Amino acid sequence: MIKDQDYLKKTASFCIDLAKKLGATDSSAAVMHSISETVNFRNKKLDESDRSDSLAVSLTTYIGKKKSSISSSNLTEDNIKTLIERCIETTKITPEDEFNSLPDQDLLAKEINNLNLYDDDHIENDEKIEYLKEVEEAAFKKQAIINTETGFSESKSNFILANSDGFLNGYKSSSFSASCVAIAKDSNDNMERDYEFTSTCHLQDMLRPNQIGAIAAKKTIQKLNPQKIESEKISIIFDRRISKGILSVLASAISASSIARGTSFLKDQINQEIFSTSINIFDKPNIVKGLGSRYFDSEGVKTSELKLVDQGVLKHYLVDTYNGKKLNLKSNGRSGGTSNLFFEKGSISYKDLLKLNQKTLYITETIGHGSNLVTGDYSVGATGFMVENGVFKYPVSEITIAGNFNDMFKNITLADDLEFKYSTNAPTMLIEGMVVAGK
Amino acid sequence: MNDFFTKTDLSRKDAENIISETLNKCDDGELYLENSKSESIVLDDNKIKSSSYSSDLGYGLRAVTGEVVAYSHSNEISKSSLKQSADNLSSTLKSQNGVYNHEISKTNEKIYEDVNPIEKKSLKSKLELLKDINSYTRAKGGIVQQVTASFAGEHKSIEIIRSGGEVLTDVRPLIRFNVSVMLEKNGKKETGVYGIGGRQSYDEYLKDDNWKKVCDEAFRIASVNLDSKPAPAGEMQVVLGPGWPAILIHEAIGHGLEGDFNRKKTSAFHSLMGQRVASEGVTIVDDGTLHNRRGSLTIDDEGTPTEKTVLIENGILKNFMQDRLNARLMNTRSTGSGRRESYKHIVLPRMRNTMMLNGKYSQEEMIKSVDKGIFAVSFGGGQVDITSGKFVFNCTEAYEIINGKIGSPIKGATLIGDGPSILKEVSLVGNNMMLDPGIGTCGKAGQGVPVGVAQPSILIDKMTVGGTQL
Repeated sequence: MIKDQDYLKKTASFCIDLAKKLGATDSSAAVMHSISETVNFRNKKLDESDRSDSLAVSLTTYIGKKKSSISSSNLTEDNIKTLIERCIETTKITPEDEFNSLPDQDLLAKEINNLNLYDDDHIENDEKIEYLKEVEEAAFKKQAIINTETGFSESKSNFILANSDGFLNGYKSSSFSASCVAIAKDSNDNMERDYEFTSTCHLQDMLRPNQIGAIAAKKTIQKLNPQKIESEKISIIFDRRISKGILSVLASAISASSIARGTSFLKDQINQEIFSTSINIFDKPNIVKGLGSRYFDSEGVKTSELKLVDQGVLKHYLVDTYNGKKLNLKSNGRSGGTSNLFFEKGSISYKDLLKLNQKTLYITETIGHGSNLVTGDYSVGATGFMVENGVFKYPVSEITIAGNFNDMFKNITLADDLEFKYSTNAPTMLIEGMVVAGK
Repeated sequence: MNDFFTKTDLSRKDAENIISETLNKCDDGELYLENSKSESIVLDDNKIKSSSYSSDLGYGLRAVTGEVVAYSHSNEISKSSLKQSADNLSSTLKSQNGVYNHEISKTNEKIYEDVNPIEKKSLKSKLELLKDINSYTRAKGGIVQQVTASFAGEHKSIEIIRSGGEVLTDVRPLIRFNVSVMLEKNGKKETGVYGIGGRQSYDEYLKDDNWKKVCDEAFRIASVNLDSKPAPAGEMQVVLGPGWPAILIHEAIGHGLEGDFNRKKTSAFHSLMGQRVASEGVTIVDDGTLHNRRGSLTIDDEGTPTEKTVLIENGILKNFMQDRLNARLMNTRSTGSGRRESYKHIVLPRMRNTMMLNGKYSQEEMIKSVDKGIFAVSFGGGQVDITSGKFVFNCTEAYEIINGKIGSPIKGATLIGDGPSILKEVSLVGNNMMLDPGIGTCGKAGQGVPVGVAQPSILIDKMTVGGTQL
């Protein structure tokens, strides 16, 4: 059973009280508990079961402008006491930093509207197994599929965040997810792999198992017999799996931490046009059952909807308390990052987007860590399809795509097919003028 | 020595009974206990940005029968918690039957000392040194815009209790020191990163002003990149420098030779045992026994002593890396490659220190032989798709080669290749093998473990460089 709020509150308050007694002028504590159960299947046989029961506490103590932190999964009272003592001793000898402080009290979240982030439903491992059998059966209907790996995971968490200014709040959340990885083999014994998954707050919102299996199989088979193409400048379409990555880059580049340190390619770009004027970007924490929804940020600061980019113009950084003080900005509740971040959908249909150029490279997967947030340079390995006059012609692999985010951002056209499958979401995206390296 | 049974209602005898009862009808399994302490101290933007300490305790109970693994972990070491885990395992494996394999080899050799790096160097001296590092690096000139320096230390004690009461233990120190520098010149910004580390106390790595060399190197890499021009795009010859660029071997070959992917036949290498997978002269080993190295272990996380495993000998595929489960199912023995990030994770066959051994050519000879290509000296990270064999890695320091001479530095490009074929494109193997500085972390199935790599310079005849210049 997941620990209740009273238990977590008691532990958090114990930490805050003891820190104060030992000399902390301020402190904040978080206590988190989660239980998750996962079952994995492979080729129609049970492969693995995993049960995880995890309770952890973290504490930050301040003495004036000095700060230090501890965390632990050993919650015996003796150990917690020793750790808090250690934290205080460490705080004493850590140099002062004028920007260290708890969040402004008037910014702390006070009320909580129910966003329906917790589903008490429990699904037994035997039922998970039935679901996975259906997933695999659907995938194996395609003959080219030689191997499947599927998994079903259920997780429940509860947490409390407390600070010495009296903040004491937290909430339960749940997550249900299932996935299918399929492998297909071509006539030359070369293999390709692809996947499909579903992840939701509520059990009843999950995709049906046969959908997952069928989609994974179809996507995998489409990738068989790929070709390597010539190096050239070409228009690229990012599938929704990839296009959301552009938002993750944006989020890192406009975090107050990167801006304050001067290490972002978007430094000094506030109120400047960084995207084409058709682009609007939102971060909306209060979506009912949203995968990124939250009531307050990791410091307890209330969060509200932000229109980060308005008609191409950057309107906000993502501000936490510490970096906000450095930049002389108030926290906007983004300590710990964005919530439900998304591009407003475009005006053109998916089909028409494919036809906009006579020849387009459609990317379904990228590999490598090729985003440089200091310079904006981008270069990653990719696989996908060649599209000619709106028709998928053949799969492509062992190529790289490269560009610079400053240019890429200004050459984006979005389709109207936005869906909320992840916490960060984007419609299918066309970017003109990137370079593909192949033969 | 840690005692996991002093402050709990669970006695060692109770634990042994629960383990033996649960694993009675299983092929393998154990109770894995872990007590780890870690610290992280970061200086950034002229200030101590964070100083944190973590103390973690927990267990993982594992039962293996046939191909099925049942695992349950918790940070609460108590009778009721372990009983609940045992029930969970039994319900998963209710219809399975196995015969417990009691055999496990032993080692007397310790690969590193039992030292606690966190306590060995006082926090005060670490804080002072970070200040010195910041001043020293910033004194290199006005172009230094940002300096981040960090210490990370860990002290992990593990105990493995097998059915029948056999106990195996290990105590593992680990440290890492890292410096990142951002320079700005004429409106152009570039970063350089360098780090060192291993399984000894901090001062073994920092003494004799050794830390200055780390700052110098981070500064040098950033300076080189300030003068870089856009990278070329397309297929060309590539010379890889010695040491850290061996992450190419790790990504392109290493992962594909891990036992699990081959048992499941999802690796592009699964049917190639005994066959030529690399040019003659290419020998690759995975060695867990190098003293004090980041990727080394006295015993792996199943209790098996590590060893030096020959993966490819003179171009021929010889061995996969195995944990106990995959070894049993493939009728071979564990190579001491069973690893897990922590008690929260299941055991997987993983790399330790993956090394390509020396050939006979000099780096100069290689560069001289290239008409048009690139010379890659250092990399950020890499990634591989095990099934298709395609892998990438990102250059953080590279130069063009024109007519046998090293030319201008080029901007970070991604290199992409095909694992099963890339080693057949290796035409020259250097005589200058070098170990990496001790900074690698390998990710697999969401688990990060410390690893090492090593290689001499090598010449690859054909690889795709992912730049922007056509």
